[in-house]
Amino acid sequence: MTNKLFAGLAALFLLGISPALAAQPVDWQMGFQPAATEIMAQIRSFESFTLWFIVPITLLILALLLYAMVRFRAGANPTPSKTSHNVFIEVIWTLGPVVVLLALAIPSFNLLTAQYTPPDADYTVKATGYQWYWGYEYQTETEVSFDSLMLQEGDRAASGKEDLATYPRLLAVDNEFVVPVGKTVRLLVTAADVLHAFAMPAFGVKMDAVPGRLNEAWFKAEAEGLYYGQCSELCGKDHAYMPIAIRVVAQDKFDTWLAAAADDVEAANSTLIAAIQADAKSVDVAVNDNN
Amino acid sequence: MAGSTVAHDDHDHKPQGFVRRWMYSTNHKDIGTLYLIFAIIAGIIGGLMSIAMRMELQEPGIQIFHGLASMVYGFDGDAAIDGGKHLYNVFTTAHGLIMIFFMVMPALIGGFANWMVPIMIGAPDMAFPRMNNISFWLLPPALLLLLVSMFVEGPAGGYGSGGGWTLYPPLSTSGQPGPAMDFVILSVHIAGASSILGAINFITTIFNMRAPGMTLHKMPLFAWSVLVTAFLLLLSLPVLAGGITMLLTDRNFGTAFFAPEGGGDPILYQHLFWFFGHPEVYILILPAFGIVSHIISTFSRKPIFGYLGMAYAMVAIGAVGFIVWAHHMYTVGLSLNTQRYFVFATMVIAVPTGIKIFSWIATMWGGSITFRTPMLWAIGFIFLFTLGGMTGVQLANAGLDRAMHDTYYVVAHFHYVLSLGAVFAIFAGWYYWFPKMTGFMYNPMVARIHFWATFIGVNLVFFPQHFLGLAGMPRRYIDYPDAFTGWNAVSSYGSYLSGIGVLIFLYGVWEAFAKKRIAGDNPWGEGATTLEWQLSSPPPYHQWTKLPRIK
Repeated sequence: MTNKLFAGLAALFLLGISPALAAQPVDWQMGFQPAATEIMAQIRSFESFTLWFIVPITLLILALLLYAMVRFRAGANPTPSKTSHNVFIEVIWTLGPVVVLLALAIPSFNLLTAQYTPPDADYTVKATGYQWYWGYEYQTETEVSFDSLMLQEGDRAASGKEDLATYPRLLAVDNEFVVPVGKTVRLLVTAADVLHAFAMPAFGVKMDAVPGRLNEAWFKAEAEGLYYGQCSELCGKDHAYMPIAIRVVAQDKFDTWLAAAADDVEAANSTLIAAIQADAKSVDVAVNDNN
Repeated sequence: MAGSTVAHDDHDHKPQGFVRRWMYSTNHKDIGTLYLIFAIIAGIIGGLMSIAMRMELQEPGIQIFHGLASMVYGFDGDAAIDGGKHLYNVFTTAHGLIMIFFMVMPALIGGFANWMVPIMIGAPDMAFPRMNNISFWLLPPALLLLLVSMFVEGPAGGYGSGGGWTLYPPLSTSGQPGPAMDFVILSVHIAGASSILGAINFITTIFNMRAPGMTLHKMPLFAWSVLVTAFLLLLSLPVLAGGITMLLTDRNFGTAFFAPEGGGDPILYQHLFWFFGHPEVYILILPAFGIVSHIISTFSRKPIFGYLGMAYAMVAIGAVGFIVWAHHMYTVGLSLNTQRYFVFATMVIAVPTGIKIFSWIATMWGGSITFRTPMLWAIGFIFLFTLGGMTGVQLANAGLDRAMHDTYYVVAHFHYVLSLGAVFAIFAGWYYWFPKMTGFMYNPMVARIHFWATFIGVNLVFFPQHFLGLAGMPRRYIDYPDAFTGWNAVSSYGSYLSGIGVLIFLYGVWEAFAKKRIAGDNPWGEGATTLEWQLSSPPPYHQWTKLPRIK
């Protein structure tokens, strides 16, 4: 359990060293991915908060066990006591956990309530899980809808996604789910065949996709970037091969993309990627610093 | 006392002949032995499956399952890759079902409880000996059906049922039309029927056949734990049976309980399943609590601390266990208030569980502790179960579970409470009662090596999975992004060490039977106070021909 402390430290460390990769897991990662939404920031801080209880409690149990094992080993204590009741201590170890649970419950309920109190939505997008890919439909004036499949290794060159650090194996897709930064996106999640689950770790979003149901989730991404998640409900043989990629871009880029995507999603994506790369080149170092 | 009068077995009326003794057996000790042998065999099968999965996950990419699929099913090329991907899901499914229904439950309930509960409460046998026989003999065909399912068609282009042990529709209905899923459903039905019959038997035995003077409040904690477990089985399994019967009719008879296109709802199945499934996890751990209580008390040479609190903590855990099921379903789209209720109810369980942990430590406190092998496993159990329980407290919070659900964090959590909790208690009970059941003493050195190999091995397997889960690695994945490689490799190495631990265990069993060191009636000394230690080792074929009287 002490390693959980390291998990927190490691996460801080990772924040420092890998700004460009903040949206995907990194080697030997021990904690949550860095937060890209306010909700995920709250989840992260609640998780750290719980560690302040569960790590000391686990260490306390370990210490009590070790002390008892040393102090009351047969060699040191040949005559066992006959004590088998102590009302006072039994009341203490019943009420103690109650207090700890109350201390956990209050921020826990606040977090849960925050997750279910979305601001007014700026955009609504329907995500549909299929065996084995995702479909996105933007509920905008001009209809934009496309399917998002895992990027095949053979298609990397053609789609300009050869950089494995940006487009990792099993995470990169052909058509990303594009959203504007700083805007509330309402997500309607459903499935067409079997259960799937839409999950985006950096956003603190996970919602099951259930045929016949329309589940609602939401997020408001705070930073531009490319974020990755994966299907999180067993859906058959290619369960591991239907990633979710969300590209968070500035509002003007999003508007351009949305207008172009109504006609041709692939062309809109190429234009968008080119625009992002052009920006990145001009402020190469600066981006790395403030991401 | 009672034991000395029946120490020689000329008059014990053992049935003659192998078939009469073992196939037609109505003797609770013989049936218990059969259950234990069955659990060991099933555990080896389930364990081999887990090692195969860890071999697959040792490195990113598909390593062995396409080869396995082409070897077993004769697939070639891309069909082998697809067949292999499905086969991996078949393995996770079968591993879960085998370990739960055919390893832990038969070992703890069918094995140890069958053997020890009648002896501990001073009864000559179980209340319904012939029903006891059918309880056991339903299990081998159930396991066989599950194993056969791996060789019949599941989805198009794959063999076996890969729907996960939870069998969620629509993947278990329209998602896998082949007969493999029907085999699995039938297997679970039969295993469930076996457990219901066993539960009826235990409840009747414990309520009606206690020795004179043994009130419920004097009954050993293992008997208490089995009594609570039996009630959980009796109340929860029929709900599972109903749920999977609906799966069966949805699949074969055109009903639409879980099919939205016919007005059904897949979430209904999840509610039914977890109404069984959550009590089920307490069914797996409560007998373990009972065993650990006895062992801690015996080797501390102290009576159990807070006996009544311990007994009623188990009753409370059992009762509350029925009203927390939807904490497995926080992400299915439950309303905010529903989630609030289940968060609250789930947290309540930590209180009686805490009472148990603290009472075990208090039992050791002031004792005169000897660290014989059963005690090592029991102390290991307390620490590892606490660790798994603490991550359980985290997962109880719906807001946090949103980030952890269906990741390896959950896998780590439930393996800490089951694989490192229930299984440690099974081994604790094995070493504790092995001398009683067989009359032979195990080799303490081999037993200790077994403990340490397992302790280090399973922690290496499951502790890094916390990190994988936090970093976002989902469950039930045959392949993962390259960033997850490091901890997955550590986890895999740990599983090989655990596998070696199983080999050491088997060697230890063989060695004990080969060397035939006589254990004596009570190898544990004055700390072992329950009735089984007053009998010979092994106990006579029929015990308590003269009922013991409890003061």
